[in-house]
Amino acid sequence: MTDLVKLLEDRTEDRGFPELYPGDEVKVHLRIVEGNRERIQIVPGMVIRLRKGGNNKSFTVRRIASHGIGVERTFLYNSPRIEKIEVLRHSKVRRAQLYYMRDRRGKKARLKEVRTVNRNK
Amino acid sequence: MKGIIGRKVGMTQIFTENGDVIPVTVIKAGPCYVTQLRTPENDGYRAVQLGFEELPPRRNGSSRLKQPQQGHLRRKELRDKGIELPDLRVLREFRLTEDEQNGLEEGQTITVDAFEVGDLVDIIGTSKGRGFAGTVKRHNFNRQPKTHGQSDRERAPGSVGASAFPGRTFKGTRMAGRMGNERVTVQNLVVQVVDPEHNLLAVRGSVPGARGGLVLIKAAKKSRQRQK
Repeated sequence: MTDLVKLLEDRTEDRGFPELYPGDEVKVHLRIVEGNRERIQIVPGMVIRLRKGGNNKSFTVRRIASHGIGVERTFLYNSPRIEKIEVLRHSKVRRAQLYYMRDRRGKKARLKEVRTVNRNK
Repeated sequence: MKGIIGRKVGMTQIFTENGDVIPVTVIKAGPCYVTQLRTPENDGYRAVQLGFEELPPRRNGSSRLKQPQQGHLRRKELRDKGIELPDLRVLREFRLTEDEQNGLEEGQTITVDAFEVGDLVDIIGTSKGRGFAGTVKRHNFNRQPKTHGQSDRERAPGSVGASAFPGRTFKGTRMAGRMGNERVTVQNLVVQVVDPEHNLLAVRGSVPGARGGLVLIKAAKKSRQRQK
C-alpha cells in the first residue's frame, strides 16, 4: 500500500541537488518572496542533521552568525523554495547527527576535510 | 453524481508551486461499477449502488462471493441488458437526487476522474478502535494531580453525581467504555491530486481510520463553493 504513496511522491521532480552528508559545508540558495519582489538569500553553514523520508526529506544547516551566535535552519530538501544547493567541502565525521558541534566554538569547531573526487558523480 | 469508494493508503506531504507544504492523505479510489440504481418506484428511495474491488476467482475457477451476492451481480435484468459485472467485494449505496441519477446507468464505471483538483469532498470512514478507553482519552477529562498526597487517582473519572438526591447516576453520564471503531465523517476536505492512471486521490488533511481502511468519498454536503 505504501508503494502507492511513493507513486505520488515520485511526482516531485528531481532537481539534481547534490546528495548531502553530515559535516558538509554548504551554501543553500533560498528563494525569498517579499511582497511581490523575489530575491535569493544564501544560507551558508554545515549540515549537522539529515532526515530521510521520501518527499519530506530535510536537513539542518548550522552556522555561526554575527556576535558568535549559532544559527540553525532546517530545510525541506524537495522544497521549491530552494533554488540551488552548493556543497563546498565534505568533512570526516563519525556520526549521523553532529549535535556536538553546538558545544564547540572557534578552533574546536573545525572538522577534518575529506577530499573525494566526484562523490556526487 | 460525485461519489466513489476507496481505501486509505497513507499520508504524505506535497509542495505547492510557491513552496507551501500541504499534508495530504492518499486514497486509492475506484474504479467502481454502478451495480444498481435504486428508484422510488422500486425501492422507495433514490440511490446508486456502487461496487468496488474486483475479486479474482479461486484457483478452481469458482467465485469468492457467496451465492446471494453472485446472484445480485449476475441478475437477470443485467443479463438481459448485456451487462456483465465482475465479482465485487464491496457494495455501498449513495443517496442521490433525481438529476444526479439521470446520467447514470447500471454497469457504468466510475473512476477518480469524477473529481477535480479543488473539489470539496466529505469522507466517511471507520475510526481506529481504541478498545475500552478511560474518560481521559475518551471524553477529554482532565487528569487529577500527581502530587499533594494523591495516590492512584491520576486518571480516575472523579464524581459521577450527587448524593441522596437524586440517589442515582444520571443516564448519559460520560464514563469509560468502548471508543473508536465507529463511522466518522470528515467534511469539506480539498482534493489536491487526481491521478487517473493509478486510481489515486489525495485530499488535504487526515481521514478517519487505519491505512487500508474502507472510505466513502462524496461531494461536500454543506459547502457548494470550490477552493483552489
